Amino acid sequence: MTIHDHPDSPAGRDPAATGARKNLDLGKVRERLAGRSGKLFWRSLEEVAETPAFTEMIHREFPQLASEWSDDPDGVSRRRFLQLMSASVALGGLTACTRQPLEKIVPWVEQPEQIVPGLPLYYATAMELDGYAAPLLAESHMGRPTKIEGNPDHPASGGATDLFAQASVLDLYDPDRHQTVTELGRIRTWGALAARVSEQLAARESSGGLGLRVLTGPVTSPTVLRLIRTVLDEQGPRARWHQYSPLRSSAAVRAVRAVYGGDYVARFDLSKADRIVALDADLLTLGPAAVRYARQFAQRRRARAEGSDLNRLYAFETTPTSTGSIADHREAMSTAELSHLTAELAEAVRGGSASDPRVRAVAADLSAHRGRSLVVAGDQTPEAVQLLAHAINEELGNVGQTVLLGQADEGELVAGAESIAELVSDIDAGTVDMILILDGNPVFDAPADLELAAALQKIPQCIYLGSHDNETAQYCHWNLPLAHYLESWGDGLTLDGTATLTQPLIEPLYGGRTAAEVLSLFTAAGGRGGDTLLKETWRVRLDGDFETAWRRCLHDGLVAGTGRPVAAPVFDAESVARALEQIRSAPTADLELSFRPDPTILDGRFANNGWLQECPKPFTKLTWDNALLVSPARAEALGLDHEQLVELTVDGRALEVPVWIHPGQAEGTVTLHLGYGRTRAGRVGTGTGFAASRLRTTRHEWSAPVELRPTAGRYALASTQLHGNIETDRFQGDNLEGRTAEARHLIREATLEQFERQPDFPHHGGHGLDESLTLMPGYDYSDGHAWGMSVDLGSCTSCNACVIACQSENNIPVVGKDEVAKGREMHWIRIDRYYQGDLEDPDVHHQPVMCMHCEQAPCEVVCPVAATVHSDEGLNDMVYNRCVGTRYCANNCPYKVRRFNFFKYSDTETESLKMQRNPDVTVRTRGVMEKCSYCVQRISKARIEARKEDRRVLDGEVQTACQQACPTEAIVFGDLNDLESRVAKRKAEPHDYGILTELGTRPRTSYLAKVTNPNPGWPGTSGGTTEKGHHG
Amino acid sequence: MPQIFHRSTNTVARVSLFGAVFFIGVLGWVFVTLDRSSYATGQGVTIKQPVPFSHDHHTAGLGIDCRYCHTSVEVEAAAGIPPTATCMSCHKLIWNDSEMLAPIRASLATGEPIRWTRIHDLPDFVYFNHSIHVAKGVSCASCHGRVDQMPLIHQAESLHMEWCLDCHRNPERFLRPPDEVFNMAWETDDPETVGARLAAVNRIQPRIDCSTCHR
Repeated sequence: MTIHDHPDSPAGRDPAATGARKNLDLGKVRERLAGRSGKLFWRSLEEVAETPAFTEMIHREFPQLASEWSDDPDGVSRRRFLQLMSASVALGGLTACTRQPLEKIVPWVEQPEQIVPGLPLYYATAMELDGYAAPLLAESHMGRPTKIEGNPDHPASGGATDLFAQASVLDLYDPDRHQTVTELGRIRTWGALAARVSEQLAARESSGGLGLRVLTGPVTSPTVLRLIRTVLDEQGPRARWHQYSPLRSSAAVRAVRAVYGGDYVARFDLSKADRIVALDADLLTLGPAAVRYARQFAQRRRARAEGSDLNRLYAFETTPTSTGSIADHREAMSTAELSHLTAELAEAVRGGSASDPRVRAVAADLSAHRGRSLVVAGDQTPEAVQLLAHAINEELGNVGQTVLLGQADEGELVAGAESIAELVSDIDAGTVDMILILDGNPVFDAPADLELAAALQKIPQCIYLGSHDNETAQYCHWNLPLAHYLESWGDGLTLDGTATLTQPLIEPLYGGRTAAEVLSLFTAAGGRGGDTLLKETWRVRLDGDFETAWRRCLHDGLVAGTGRPVAAPVFDAESVARALEQIRSAPTADLELSFRPDPTILDGRFANNGWLQECPKPFTKLTWDNALLVSPARAEALGLDHEQLVELTVDGRALEVPVWIHPGQAEGTVTLHLGYGRTRAGRVGTGTGFAASRLRTTRHEWSAPVELRPTAGRYALASTQLHGNIETDRFQGDNLEGRTAEARHLIREATLEQFERQPDFPHHGGHGLDESLTLMPGYDYSDGHAWGMSVDLGSCTSCNACVIACQSENNIPVVGKDEVAKGREMHWIRIDRYYQGDLEDPDVHHQPVMCMHCEQAPCEVVCPVAATVHSDEGLNDMVYNRCVGTRYCANNCPYKVRRFNFFKYSDTETESLKMQRNPDVTVRTRGVMEKCSYCVQRISKARIEARKEDRRVLDGEVQTACQQACPTEAIVFGDLNDLESRVAKRKAEPHDYGILTELGTRPRTSYLAKVTNPNPGWPGTSGGTTEKGHHG
Repeated sequence: MPQIFHRSTNTVARVSLFGAVFFIGVLGWVFVTLDRSSYATGQGVTIKQPVPFSHDHHTAGLGIDCRYCHTSVEVEAAAGIPPTATCMSCHKLIWNDSEMLAPIRASLATGEPIRWTRIHDLPDFVYFNHSIHVAKGVSCASCHGRVDQMPLIHQAESLHMEWCLDCHRNPERFLRPPDEVFNMAWETDDPETVGARLAAVNRIQPRIDCSTCHR
């Protein structure tokens, strides 16, 4: 069976697959939510509507647990059952009797300096993502890169990463990578390519040069830029450079040009911003500086008993984003409404009047924080909105304070599809003799109206440097394997202009080369290695002795002293009037389709990465697919249901997609994420989801008026949002009281004002339990360490970096869509997402849930073979080699954090994937339970080092993988016995609380309640008190 | 109605009832004995290696320290197996034409590593760390036996988990001053008292939690 049935195949549309889910009655949902006073937290529409699927899910630890047999139409007879059981008992006993096979030890012939077998080495390097560099620290075990961390010495990272960097190590070992140079499918060598290129270049020298086109994504690499310039200079005027990125927006470039008359890059300093307005901008999780912004933002989000300096975030958006979910005020609105709101806001901050009370409140708040506020518009918003955002920042004096402008480098900005459109018209004009496509996948993601696939076939010679045999590769004559960044020498800039270096950790696995190396084949000086090219660039730019300075730079991963100087371009005030006029005259559509980068696979470049495919999206919790996000109101009006297929039509182009009814989605907008619907991604990504890029055109870059027609078909989606549901009390008729997350006090939140009045609010109205009420003996930790974790709900954005970091560190397997649909995903961390409030615009809370390492763990007492036991440092140890797979522990775990290997999910067959595994963690096999271990391998390592030096483990010496990756420092881990440790201090905060403590489990992982900072003057709130009164 | 079963069936039934108990007992005994035998544990078994290296000759005979070859024993989990270059640091000068050392010379010439067979092989789910044991005064000899008296190396102990736990529960008998760890011949008259003192001085805190070794 394939991991996933192709969406066009009948199996993918099997109505029976979704038969269990009955039509969702949104009217009933609305009624139930409205008829409820006070707080209500809910996780899904199914939960509120109490559909049969939900009821079934909640009553079973693992849904469809027995389905391996129930799939059999004849069922299983008693006799067959006994046969199977006796056979498995007999064989199960016998397999334990095998003798351990003899193993070989293969030492070095000559051991390299610095390598101690078993001790990992860390190298500073960088990953290029959409042109910008992400500074990283890569862990190498005996020459195998296994784990990615952020570079703590780099200002753009601070040690944290996003999920893409975490998952990038899996891409290195992707067995579907391009493995050899080919010409029309025949294997060639790099030498043959070099010969062909120089032959072609020489042949055209007399006739005015070759019509050479280079197509790249955004470029910040000084070396690549230098080589492109050299190639263009040498080839003369017929050679040209084109750029395209599906993630960039032409509106963003045009807006800056209109306001400042040139190409500038704006970067923000969120640490100085007291008031932030996000206009459909997901600045905390998307974009080149998201990791840095998230950290700066979170540092201003720490509500503490001794005093808090909280910022305030307003988010106005079309579709729920992580940024919106952490905002103090979030409003869902269509792009047209957003434009009008921005226009009013621009007028209001200049002293004008505004009809919208929300605008008046925001404007007053911003005006009171001149120079300490920030307005950010998303890149995909209309040009006028972005222009006005710049204007508002100018008006408020934020430019130079919270907004830093800098001159953009050549190649850094890509104005959407402008450049690639020129390329296509040149191809049609017949002036292109040869094209060199460096990375990217334009055939898949370029605007559909350009018909790039057809255009490429008109070019006599197409050369494609790419990582996979993808949609673009199939239209190119020459296919060259691209080196992964962990195999490459290179450089690039972060958004603040810091030059960041990429150094290889491993020889290219398949002889791949970098863009710079391939470009050098086209220069007169001929092909050179990546390190030579890199040094050529930097030799002239570094002062002092080059070799010394260079070693320092490589060690640090960056060139100290580089950075983009702050520019102060003149603001063109007249542009504002034009923008306001544009907004007034903008046509409005009944329904608008907005395109967004996917939260886990981005624009499709990560489609063949199993970790990212299986990572639940922050809101829908969908895996392996995208779906059309439709607001509940629109779904109700059109009679749409979850998983129902609808046909979208944009400018005559049609696409059939399944529906996902999305609370918080703006009414006039439907959203479809990019990146899915790949037809040639590889064994993991091919055939997942639906190709939004087929509806994208040059005219409709990020949004398009759309016609939506329901069809009769259905498509099964695999969402994890019902999995691991902690609430067990059922609805009592229409009575919502006394159940759900709220009754069990899973999410505790308050406003800043309430927090200051009653800092220990989570402990009021809860189900406290006298801790002495236990029959079980306690443990004494006074002698050693007592490990514990604290998660700050106030700063979790659900960016999923922790989920992937954990997967990478702990060798967690990928199970595939079918298994996820059965609730068998293996992630040790799940991020529960709770909605609060009404259907159209609910507040959202994220709660990462991993093993709580209970003091009185319910799992420990039920294990018949003592495979899960308590350690003297308070860990709940999981002993894989003892586990016989009874699953009693998972059944008894109130937090639902245990994961069972129903099959041998770990791929131990594929050679290349073996190299990625962390050698310090056992690879689990079938029939074994697993769960979060608090990264016990890291604890062990630190403990051994400390004991060798006869000292205690210091605070910060052990970082769990999730903690290390977290951009917002929401997760803190350490020794509770050390009262000065960060975790002990956090747990001493009055608003620290545990979940399900009424069961007497005494969890080691606790949460800091979410404290928001709403505007007292917000419409609908009276006298500074909001609806968010605490439940008693 | 005739009897279906003969009278002797009673005896057969009694004997087989007793026999079943006896049979299960014997089966258990066989299993335990097999599990503890050198067939299963590899204890005391000498395995043919590419080069018949003699620890006895090199350490006791020539006085080479363990750490000359096992370089990472004090810093890392694995003690380390020497690269070919380490052998050749002497053998390019002495016995440089010996037939026995031909594989070593071939390895250096071709760059192909020597493939030794692992003697002390813990299961893959066990994470043992040499460095902490050495730092706390557990000698090589405590686990590997008198390697300096082994012409061909073999496994001296069973490496069963119960054997590990014997020491982790009562480490005193196996402790020595950390600077005597690599001295194979070190002995004391009163290991209990010396060990108890060393345990206190060197803060020996052996862990017996599962995650110490299994993770």
